[in-house]
Amino acid sequence: MTELRPVTVDELRHLVSERALAGETMLLNMGPQHPSTHGVLRLLLELDGEIVVNCIPDIGFLHTGIEKNMEAKTYQQAEVMTDRIDYMNNMGNNLTYCLAVEKLVGLDVPPRAQALRVILAELQRISSHLLWLGTSSLDLAAMSVFLYCMRERELILDVFEMVSGQRMMTTYIRPGGVWRDVPVEFEAAVRHIVNIMPARIDEYESMLTTNMLFLERTQGIGVISTEDCKRWGLSGPVIRATGLPYDLRKVRPYSGYEQYDFEIPTATTGDVYGRYLVRVEEMRQSVRIIRQALDRLPYGPVRSNNRKFVPPPRSELGVSMEALIHHFKLWTEGFPAPKEYVYVATEGPRGELGVYLEGDGGPKPYRVHYNTPSFANLQAMPILTRNHFIADLVGIIGSVDIVLGDADR
Amino acid sequence: MSEHLEKVVQDFQERFSANSHRYAGETTLILSREHLLEAVQSLRDEYGFDVLIDATAVDYWPEQAPRFHVVYQFYSMTHNLLLRLRVPLDGNAPHIDTIEGIFPNANWKEREIWDMFGITFDGHSDPRRILMPYDWQGHPLRKDYPLGYEEPQFSFNYEEIDRRKPYAKE
Repeated sequence: MTELRPVTVDELRHLVSERALAGETMLLNMGPQHPSTHGVLRLLLELDGEIVVNCIPDIGFLHTGIEKNMEAKTYQQAEVMTDRIDYMNNMGNNLTYCLAVEKLVGLDVPPRAQALRVILAELQRISSHLLWLGTSSLDLAAMSVFLYCMRERELILDVFEMVSGQRMMTTYIRPGGVWRDVPVEFEAAVRHIVNIMPARIDEYESMLTTNMLFLERTQGIGVISTEDCKRWGLSGPVIRATGLPYDLRKVRPYSGYEQYDFEIPTATTGDVYGRYLVRVEEMRQSVRIIRQALDRLPYGPVRSNNRKFVPPPRSELGVSMEALIHHFKLWTEGFPAPKEYVYVATEGPRGELGVYLEGDGGPKPYRVHYNTPSFANLQAMPILTRNHFIADLVGIIGSVDIVLGDADR
Repeated sequence: MSEHLEKVVQDFQERFSANSHRYAGETTLILSREHLLEAVQSLRDEYGFDVLIDATAVDYWPEQAPRFHVVYQFYSMTHNLLLRLRVPLDGNAPHIDTIEGIFPNANWKEREIWDMFGITFDGHSDPRRILMPYDWQGHPLRKDYPLGYEEPQFSFNYEEIDRRKPYAKE
């Protein structure tokens, strides 16, 4: 093993300006332990006084080799790892992976499972936006919003615990449907959330939307144009805040999103405030979708009847030899997938979350690649932060809603 | 398949002698690496594929020709169409042109491919590792790279194993 060597400015010569090499500007490390970086992100800042001349993000501190690990597991086992990628969007990660597996092997999903998936994915979106709203306003010194947001997020996590037994690492959505049907208390618990949320969102807004201090810190900060968003591959609330209503739930609907009536909120400013408005409105729209999905939640099976891919119900194991064989084969060997490749994307809370999945004819994925929104968002940090004060940097990092597990995988 | 996509596939087969592949409603074009830059440029400027969604690679070791496939995923906002390009690469230390000049967000994605697969991007403006530590040896997502294990350290061989352990000392 070679000895660890220090990194010199010379190696970063191509990244910093001439002035940094002449000693006119200062290079400063922010992170990887800075509290406002929401995890372990290191930003190498080139500063001219208090102005950010250049910002060089350094990621990889949370790299856990999930893509490599998934190659060594069967399709069912590998799903457990997807929860850990974006730890604020567990249901969304499961959903994207399951959609990819279903597309690869050609598996059907019954309507009840589709509706449950939509409800849970939207609950997850609200919970992720709540955490974002709480922490990013905490970064801007609005302490109380955080406490209110955590209060409501707790209700959503309780629902997740109710259906899957876990508050965060759920693995509830499975290839071919969901793990098992929701308990009887589910509907009442979700209805409670849906009924109280609109008033609670008004409450958050009353603390921020017209707050002078908040407006001063967010308006005109971190502006990006639609063109730049496309060039840098940004999606989700960041591109919608520039005025382009690009939402995968509308443009490439999955899980039956085309049946629901909802709007895509946009803003026109493309700044931190615009992204705030878009996300808050998105929570209202999610509530709307959940309400519709609950109202017409169909009865029926929650898992596909295709026994080659989905294990039979427990009750059949004692009476059916075939069910026993299928159960045994699925849990010891897994199911084979063709030697093909697919790409599936869903609209995560942060933007387009895509899975590239390649099979090799065996029971293990040959290659899984997660195309994550935080990776793209972080790459655009130099554009977003250029010529802003270092104090505004904190607000900008918060506004793109980075999750480092999502960026590093 | 939409008319526009049909046209792209046909044009690419004629101009760049690309092979097309279809599965589950997705279209893939397989190109040789000499044509990559020209093909990506015309995809953006002539056919309206204005967003690079994703770039990644696949390793087919122990196969040597081709050992790697670089996979690009393009999206057209105006036509709402997805198109995938695959470029096969031979050998253990392959080279390919960077498309950073056409799609700036390819920068980090290509850095990730270099980091994980050891595919060099010619003309890349920032060819550093991105996810692994900068002094890491090897490229983890290659199929000949072991999944990872740690040698157990006992009191009698602690020093010996510690010396070759790849973590930051001090």
